[in-house]
Amino acid sequence: MSAAAKPTHVPADQLPDAAGHFGRYGGVFVPETLMTALAELTAAYQQARVDPVFQQELRHHLKEFAGRPTELYFAERLTQHCGGAKIYFKREDLLHTGAHKINNALGQALLAKRMGKKRIIAETGAGQHGVATAAVCAKFGLDCTVYMGAVDMERQALNVFRMRLMGAKVTAVEAGQKTLKDAVNEAMRDWVANVRGTHYILGSALGSHPYPMMVRDFHRVIGQELREQILAREGRLPDEMVACVGGGSNAIGCFHEFLSDKAVKLIGVEAGGRGIRRGEHAARFEGGKLGILQGSKTYILQDPDGQIELTHSVSAGLDYAAIGPEHAYYRDTGRIEFAYATDDEVLEAFQLCSRHEGIIPALESSHAIVHGLKRAKALGKDKIVIVNLSGRGDKDVQTVQRLLEQKA
Amino acid sequence: MDRIAQAFARTRREKRAAFVAYLCAGDPDFDTSLAACRAVLDAGADVLELGVPFSDPLADGLTNQLAAQRALEGGMTTARVFELVRRLREKSQVPVIFYTYYNLVFAHGVENYVRAAKEAGVDGLLVLDLPPEEADEVLAACTKHDLKTVFIVAPTTPAARLARIGAAATGFIYYVSREGVTGVRDQVAANIPEALARIRQHTALPVAVGFGISTREQVRQVARVADGVVVGSALVNVIKDNLANCAGLPARLRIAAAELVSGTA
Ligand SMILES: Cc1ncc(COP(=O)(O)O)c(C=O)c1O
Repeated sequence: MSAAAKPTHVPADQLPDAAGHFGRYGGVFVPETLMTALAELTAAYQQARVDPVFQQELRHHLKEFAGRPTELYFAERLTQHCGGAKIYFKREDLLHTGAHKINNALGQALLAKRMGKKRIIAETGAGQHGVATAAVCAKFGLDCTVYMGAVDMERQALNVFRMRLMGAKVTAVEAGQKTLKDAVNEAMRDWVANVRGTHYILGSALGSHPYPMMVRDFHRVIGQELREQILAREGRLPDEMVACVGGGSNAIGCFHEFLSDKAVKLIGVEAGGRGIRRGEHAARFEGGKLGILQGSKTYILQDPDGQIELTHSVSAGLDYAAIGPEHAYYRDTGRIEFAYATDDEVLEAFQLCSRHEGIIPALESSHAIVHGLKRAKALGKDKIVIVNLSGRGDKDVQTVQRLLEQKA
Repeated sequence: MDRIAQAFARTRREKRAAFVAYLCAGDPDFDTSLAACRAVLDAGADVLELGVPFSDPLADGLTNQLAAQRALEGGMTTARVFELVRRLREKSQVPVIFYTYYNLVFAHGVENYVRAAKEAGVDGLLVLDLPPEEADEVLAACTKHDLKTVFIVAPTTPAARLARIGAAATGFIYYVSREGVTGVRDQVAANIPEALARIRQHTALPVAVGFGISTREQVRQVARVADGVVVGSALVNVIKDNLANCAGLPARLRIAAAELVSGTA
């Protein structure tokens, strides 16, 4: 991008603007029926955000129910294996329900209660957000419906059962390519029809304002803990931080606290699938262009007419055609860099991490591991790389087993 | 006077509501769709609302989703949608409104799209996922190229937003009589007269009412109070039910549409 087009510097805590824009990205692109609900949600969230009682309650549940703080773990054998920088994992995989998603699900469920909404809907791809939402709804006694693409229901069957065990209704979405994007469409349709009594717990830093801001804020705890932990452990900030980017919630939650620490390199990793060819990947910054999808203006994989393209990733949670608008903004400013990892690399890292560390990572998180290992190898031993381990891989074990058998 | 204003002025003189027919452009293929559009125009539709098929129609119910899917599978593109309008214009001066999603307008450049639409013979633009708050670029292009804008008002729209929507719209207002996506409904929502009165405090434009209207009786009820009645899914369903017989489809659609149109009197 040319220097002239580079956005002027805006302090991170002043983004988005009041209308939900991160520079030219973000905004509110929804049917009229939802405009009032989104305005009400924005107002309720702005109040809750500065209400010490709300924040206190959230902290309490994050600790007692979700298991925060999560550990910062020194991946010693992977570090030895790479022979370069020290590798640390931020262990979001240790959270209740198995991924960072619970941070946001708890926050939004408390907000829904505060707003008097008794019915919750959510979309899910990998099922981790659906499981987190089902869990918080069970805990708070809220009615819960989760939309999930039929293809994803098959590849994450374990999570479907977990959601149902916790009392959620899981509805298969048969439209489109039957994955995350189609589940979001269906959840939005439900919300349009039932907007007065229902809150939509969107699962990533995506969609219309206020979601990208609100979901980010609920995950900022990741970076806040990280800063204290690495300072206590190493007496300094890391050189590089790596996180996978589906919609971008675990990445922005991890990075946000470090945006003004210019010496800390921040890298988001997208899904390279079977390679950067049309329909074979989900790396929006590799093949996408500016557009509008599901409420937000951002980078989108699309054809020249603006039809949304098919995506592919071995990980259901990264298999999505759009990226969160804040990531698009920080890519333009150069503050966050982006890379991608292919399915094959991911499968390898998944196994490597399991064998060397005794930690089975989610396939989504394995994208971050792929790149974290590359960076560790490239850097000297005096450097520090932190990988955000966004989730655990139990849900993926069957998928990986099948893929390895196919390869054998 | 533009074609939209003329159509509503004429129906007002005739002391009836305008019949706004919705079809998905290119459903199930270009030729059948052209014949289907001509059939509803022959049946007496006063305004044609053409759905531009999008891969992710999140404001649409299953009927319109499947129609869009058929159209895309049938080879519909932006260029072909414009071509369809040009072909319709050979024989008809009925106003044509595009019912679409913002990404399709944005992808080719907003101004290019608006200019091409105008040149093809389109009269108005309704972008479902574009509230007035985000519409500056589209409004400027539409003003420049004299394309009218249509905006939706929902039951959840508060009075404070009505003025803003009224100021952005230049063609007509589309009141969706229910919360929800498109699709056939058993009952037309109550409270329509009150809602229309509220809207009319903020705009002098005609107000059409739609979402879920599927029978002659429902058309009649709404026509008593609204300037226009929008019927979509009920017509799209006729196409869906006659896919095995595309040759006979236009005649069937014409009969079904004529029956519904008769409710506007
Ligand atoms: C473990 C895990 N990591 C990452 C993601 C991707 O989402 P996001 O980019 O919002 O963190 C998912 C989504 O399902 C997930 O389950």
